[in-house]
Amino acid sequence: MPAGTAAVAGVPPLARPAPARWRGWLGRLAPHLVLWPPLLVSVLHVVSFTAYTTWISFTPSTLLPEYDWVGVQNYVSVLNSRNWKIAYSNLVIYGCGFVLLTTALGLLLAVLIDQRIRAENLFRTIFLYPMAVSFVVTGTVWAWLLNPGIGIQHLVRGFGWAGFRFDWLVDREMAIYTIVIAGAWQASGFAMALFLAGIRSVDADLYRAAQIDGAGPWRIYRRVVLPCIGPIFIAVLVILLQFAIKTFDLVRALTGGGPGLATQLPTLVVYDLMFQRGLLGRGAAAAVMLLLSLLVVLLPYFAYARWRKRREARHG
Amino acid sequence: MSALVIRGVRKRFGAQEVLKGIDIAAESGEFIVLVGPSGCGKSTLLNIVAGLEQPDAGDVEIAGRVVTRVPPKDRDIAMVFQSYALYPTMTVRQNITFGMECRGVPKRQQAEALARTARLLQIEALLERKPAQLSGGQRQRVAMGRALVRDPLLFLFDEPLSNLDAKLRVEMRMEIKQLHRRIGATMVYVTHDQIEAMTMATRIAVMHQGAVQQFADPDTVYNRPANLFVARFMGAPPMNTVAARLVGGERPVAVIGAGRPDEIRLTLPAEGGPPPGWRNREVVLGIRPEAIAEAGRRFGAEEGSFSTLEAPVEMTEPTGAETIVMMRLGGEPVLGRVAPDVRPVVGGAARFAVDTRRICLFDPATEQLIA
Ligand SMILES: Nc1ncnc2c1ncn2[C@@H]1O[C@H](COP(=O)(O)OP(=O)(O)O)[C@@H](O)[C@H]1O
Ligand SMILES: [Mg+2]
Repeated sequence: MPAGTAAVAGVPPLARPAPARWRGWLGRLAPHLVLWPPLLVSVLHVVSFTAYTTWISFTPSTLLPEYDWVGVQNYVSVLNSRNWKIAYSNLVIYGCGFVLLTTALGLLLAVLIDQRIRAENLFRTIFLYPMAVSFVVTGTVWAWLLNPGIGIQHLVRGFGWAGFRFDWLVDREMAIYTIVIAGAWQASGFAMALFLAGIRSVDADLYRAAQIDGAGPWRIYRRVVLPCIGPIFIAVLVILLQFAIKTFDLVRALTGGGPGLATQLPTLVVYDLMFQRGLLGRGAAAAVMLLLSLLVVLLPYFAYARWRKRREARHG
Repeated sequence: MSALVIRGVRKRFGAQEVLKGIDIAAESGEFIVLVGPSGCGKSTLLNIVAGLEQPDAGDVEIAGRVVTRVPPKDRDIAMVFQSYALYPTMTVRQNITFGMECRGVPKRQQAEALARTARLLQIEALLERKPAQLSGGQRQRVAMGRALVRDPLLFLFDEPLSNLDAKLRVEMRMEIKQLHRRIGATMVYVTHDQIEAMTMATRIAVMHQGAVQQFADPDTVYNRPANLFVARFMGAPPMNTVAARLVGGERPVAVIGAGRPDEIRLTLPAEGGPPPGWRNREVVLGIRPEAIAEAGRRFGAEEGSFSTLEAPVEMTEPTGAETIVMMRLGGEPVLGRVAPDVRPVVGGAARFAVDTRRICLFDPATEQLIA
C-alpha cells in the first residue's frame, strides 16, 4: 500500500508529490469502498427478509401475503402437526449422528495425516474435495450408491455374496442414517482441515517435553495436544451443528424426506408448507422456529468466544 | 565414570551441515556449558543428547550406556526448554507430576516428590494455577520444577534464562548454580550468553559453525583461548586482537605497528613464550582489556612482568566500577580498563601499564593459539 511504504520510508506526507498523495488517499479509501456496500446490502437483505418473514408468520397468509394479525395461531398449528414433530425428532437423530461421526472421522483423519506421511498435500486435498462438491451432487451420488438395486448391495451380491443386504435407503428405521453417512462423507474433510491446522499450531516443544516426560503418542494426543485445541473442537461442533440444522438440498436429493416421513427435516417442512401447500403463514412460523434453533446454538458460542477473548486479554 | 560422552556426532539438515563431528565428555557432577552464537548448532546437539534428534554419525553415551538408538523417555534425562514448554491446559501441579504419571509412579510417591520440589523452588502457592496465570519468572521456576522433580542421570537446559529480564536472569543464574552444588547432578546447559557460561560452568564448550572450538574450564577459555574466535567471543568487552611482529634476542619482543614512529614494543615474559620458529614473523597479539590499566598498576606481580607505555586516548567510557579507555597502540584501536577515578584526557596521550604475562599470540593464518 502506498501510504504504508511511504510511512515506513519516513517520508513526510507533505513532501510527497500530488499524484502520490491522491493515490494514498485512494488507497486508504479502497478497502472501505470494497467492504461497506456489499456488507450494507447483505445486512439489509438478511435483516429485512427476516423481519418480513417474522411478520408474515403472525398473519393468516396462505398462497399470497395477507396483512391481518392472527397472533401465534400459525405457531400453535405447526407445533401440533405430526409432520413437524417427526421432522424435529429426525433432526435430533441426524444432528447428533452427523456431528459426532463427522467430528470423529475428521479427528481421525487429522491425526493420521499428522504422522508426517508422504504426499500429505495430496491427501489433504482429496479429503477436502467433497466440501467443494454441491450437496445436491453428494445426495444424488449417494442415492445411487445406497440404492439396493444398483448400488453397494448390488455390487457385493455381484461378487457372489447373495444374501448381502444394505437397504437402509428404503428402510423406515434406518433411512435417517443414510443422511448421516452422506453428510459425514461430505463434511469430515472440512473438520479434518480445522483439526489439522489446530494440531500443527501446537508448539513443537510441547511434543518434545512430553516425549522426555515419557508419554507415548496416544497419551501425547490425549493429554497434551487435544486439550490444547479445545477451542477448535467447540468451533467445529458449532459449525457442524448449524450445518445439520440447515441441511436441505442433501435430503432433497438423497431421499426427498422419505420413505414416508422417515427423513423429513424442519427445512423440508418449511419448503413444503410455503411452496407446495401454499400456507405462507405457517411456513413462515416454521422458518422462524428454525432460526430460533440456530440462535440457541450460535448465541452461547458467541458468548463463549467473547469470554475466552476477555480472559486471554487479562492473562496476556 | 563419565556421565556423558558425545563421540564424533555429525548432523546435517538438507544441504546444511549443522554439526561437524562433536566430541565432548563430562564427568559425573559436572556443569557443562555449551556456548556459541545463535545458529551454531547448540540446540541441535542438546536435542541429540536428549534423543529428540538422531545423529547422522557418532554416538551418545549416558552413564556408560550407549543410548544413540534409545528413545528420549528411556534415557533417564530431564530437560528445561527455552520456551519452558509448559502444558497450557494443565495446572502447575499436573505439569510437574505428568512425567511421574507417565512412568506409573504411585500417587503417594508423586505427592511427596511434588512437595519436595515445590518447597525447593518456592512455588507451593502456585500449584493450582495454569501456566497462563503465571509471570515469566514463575513459569521458568515451574519448568525447572518439572525437571527437578525426577532424579535423572542428566539435566539438559536449552537457554532457560533467555526469556527473563536482566535482573531476574542474574538471580536465577545464581540459583541454578546453587542448585547444582546442592544436588550434585550432571548438567548440560546451552546458552549464547558468555557471562552465563563463565559464571556457571565447571567446563565450557565454545561452539562455532557446528564445531567445538575449545572445551576447557572457564579460566583457560578466558585466559588461554584456543583460537581467535574464542578470544573474541568470550568476555565483554572482548579480547583486543591486533597485528604484531615478533622480534628480539633472548627474550621475545612483540612490535605493534612496526616501522611507524609510534610503534609499541612489548617485551614478553621469558617462560611460556612462542616457539623459536616464530621469531621475525607476523602474529596476531591478543590482550584482555583488563590487562591494560593506568600506569603504576602492578597487577599483583613483581617487577619485569609488566611494561609501561604511552598511547593517544580516543575515547573514555566511565561505567562507575571502572573507566573503559579506547586508545591507539601503533595505530591499532585497543580497549583498556583503568580505575574508575582515572579519567585520561581525550585527544591527549596517557601512560598505561600492560600485564605482559596475559598476552596471547595467534597464528594469523590458522587463527590458532601459538603461545
Ligand atoms: N529441524 C530443522 N530443519 C532444518 N534446519 C534446522 C532444523 N533445526 C535447526 N536447523 C538449523 O540448524 C542450525 C543450528 O540450529 P540450532 O541448533 O537451533 O542453533 P542454536 O541453538 O545454536 O542457535 C540453524 O542454522 C538452523 O536453521
Ligand atoms: Mg537454540
